[in-house]
Amino acid sequence: MTIRFNDETFRDDYTFRNSPEAVRRFPFPFDQDSYMYSVNIEPHRRGQAGSVFQHRFDVDEHYIAEMRDREITLKDDPLRCQSLPHMELAGWDFLELVMTCKAEDYPDLFSLTRDGDRWHWINRPLGIEQKFTFLDATTLPCGPMEYITRQTQGDHALLDQRDGNLWLDAGMITSQADWSLDFDIGMNFFEWHAPVPKAAEMGVFQRALKFLLNLQQGAPVRRLNWTMTVNPRLDTSPENYHKWGPEKRTLTPETVGEKQFLRVELQTLWRLPRSNAIVFPIRCYLCSLEDIVTVPKWGRRLHRVLRDLPEELATYKGFSVNRPMIVDYLSKFDDGAPTSPGIFPDN
Amino acid sequence: MTARLLRVAEVTPLSSLITRFRFECPDGGTLPLFSGGAHVVVEMPDDGVLRRNAYSLISDPMDGSGYEIAVRRDDAGRGGSRFMHSRVAVGDTMRIGAPVNLFSLDLRARKQLLIAGGIGITPFLAQLRQLMRLQLPFELHYAARSREDAAGLKLLPDLPQVHFHISDETRQVDLDAILSCQPLGTHVYTCGPAGMIRAVETVATRLGWPKGALHSEAFLAPPPGAAFQAKLARSGKTITVGPHQSLLEALEAADVDPPWLCRGGACGQCETAVLSCKGQIHHHDHWLSDAEKASQTRIMPCVSRFQGDELILDR
Repeated sequence: MTIRFNDETFRDDYTFRNSPEAVRRFPFPFDQDSYMYSVNIEPHRRGQAGSVFQHRFDVDEHYIAEMRDREITLKDDPLRCQSLPHMELAGWDFLELVMTCKAEDYPDLFSLTRDGDRWHWINRPLGIEQKFTFLDATTLPCGPMEYITRQTQGDHALLDQRDGNLWLDAGMITSQADWSLDFDIGMNFFEWHAPVPKAAEMGVFQRALKFLLNLQQGAPVRRLNWTMTVNPRLDTSPENYHKWGPEKRTLTPETVGEKQFLRVELQTLWRLPRSNAIVFPIRCYLCSLEDIVTVPKWGRRLHRVLRDLPEELATYKGFSVNRPMIVDYLSKFDDGAPTSPGIFPDN
Repeated sequence: MTARLLRVAEVTPLSSLITRFRFECPDGGTLPLFSGGAHVVVEMPDDGVLRRNAYSLISDPMDGSGYEIAVRRDDAGRGGSRFMHSRVAVGDTMRIGAPVNLFSLDLRARKQLLIAGGIGITPFLAQLRQLMRLQLPFELHYAARSREDAAGLKLLPDLPQVHFHISDETRQVDLDAILSCQPLGTHVYTCGPAGMIRAVETVATRLGWPKGALHSEAFLAPPPGAAFQAKLARSGKTITVGPHQSLLEALEAADVDPPWLCRGGACGQCETAVLSCKGQIHHHDHWLSDAEKASQTRIMPCVSRFQGDELILDR
């Protein structure tokens, strides 16, 4: 299957669009008609063909445009990419993981040839060809984590494991749901999760950390997380809140279906071999409400979930101001019929 | 647990007590790389008893052509090391778990100071390879009772920052001297007998080392003890734990399979809730806090035992 890459933007004129196929493969995050936090972690196994779970690192029609958007964000704010000095080895581990997975999963798009430590990487969609020496950062144009994350959709955090905790010591974060790498860098698992309401008292973080500390090589896991974003904007960072925050107030009942997006993060976690670090890719998928309701099951379910969501979660996810308008819009697509279990569309 | 079937490629006696085993993929394939300090769990089908022992990997972490471990024969032990020494031969296949690291290097350190006692040299053998490859500063001290006990001598590189201390040649380790002259930002790692780990901690604390710069790994085998019974609330079984068996092994023998990674009281995976305890739990793990241990409401079945009238577990 060859992918036709879109020419589109995630800012200013917002020309981002999902093709009908992209809507069908959107990772709708709700497997039932209500939502509460859970440690909803499952093995990151290969999913059905065509789904976002088919390959270990999903490449889709937005790839080139997303990488272009990342470049713009980094140019304005280089601190979106940081790696503390002890994380370089983890960066190499991650570079190897992405290059080997992509070359195996998309041989028509990527290729990797290894002769000992001398590697040859070709990225056809982005027109990149690079010969370099593995573990020698002077042979790449930038550090290994920055190099590979400029070619990989999604944000990426590298977590160091020590003292019975995980430490956010490196990352490439340009498409985040309102959190800042520059603020969080060097924090441990409990510190960077401190703003999340309710979950700490539920003991979610203790359980999740214990699970992650024992994450094993070759056994990656995944979970879906979600929030709501007005306009198809990747860079919803605190640093640029003044640019996107006011856009929340531009919704009208006429435009809500087109301008309100469900933002889903496919989060995966992988143990890295040489560094014993964990890499945490956070892959963002956007889908407008008017595209979501083209799948009747999703329209019904999203209405019920957002209508019944506890207020503090709507506030934390930043859409309480628009919730009545969103729920009102979605109610027109909910006939009260029962929905089937699981996240996938009914055929 | 993810385990793979590997072929015993080499069995090399390093001393009269210590033997090195090398495992390779039967099809000549490559094994996952690992980080220095990682261990693997080796499965030993020993006359109807399935033994699972954890051993540090001693081979080069960046070399996926094989995994190597060193096993010290302990005739008074529970039988795992005896099995390895007497029953394993080149050409055998054995199930080996994926590498897990509970004793990794803190790569923030300005210098890595490694102190090994006896067979405690094993995790450092892999870490040394990693440090040399990454060109990071280190210093290693290796203490052993006798040359006979110091199998690691043959495996260590001939470098000025590698130091030997052989007790019967009256070259004792002077921890004060070692720990008092290190640059700021040094991390110290100790692997060896519990007494050595305590001594390093005591001296380092007295000299003002920050707690976060002290790391240790005690090689903890399940201690033997008196037999005891446990009731399993969820599975409705009652099991008897033999004197040389761990509670975890008794659970597994009864087809109750708690998760585990280290089988040595460190990783926390097999932690089990205690529903009733009329008696005394003998905690031997490094996982539960002192308060949790005192409350007798949790137990680590891999290393801990019980003495008393009734133990009911949530298994």
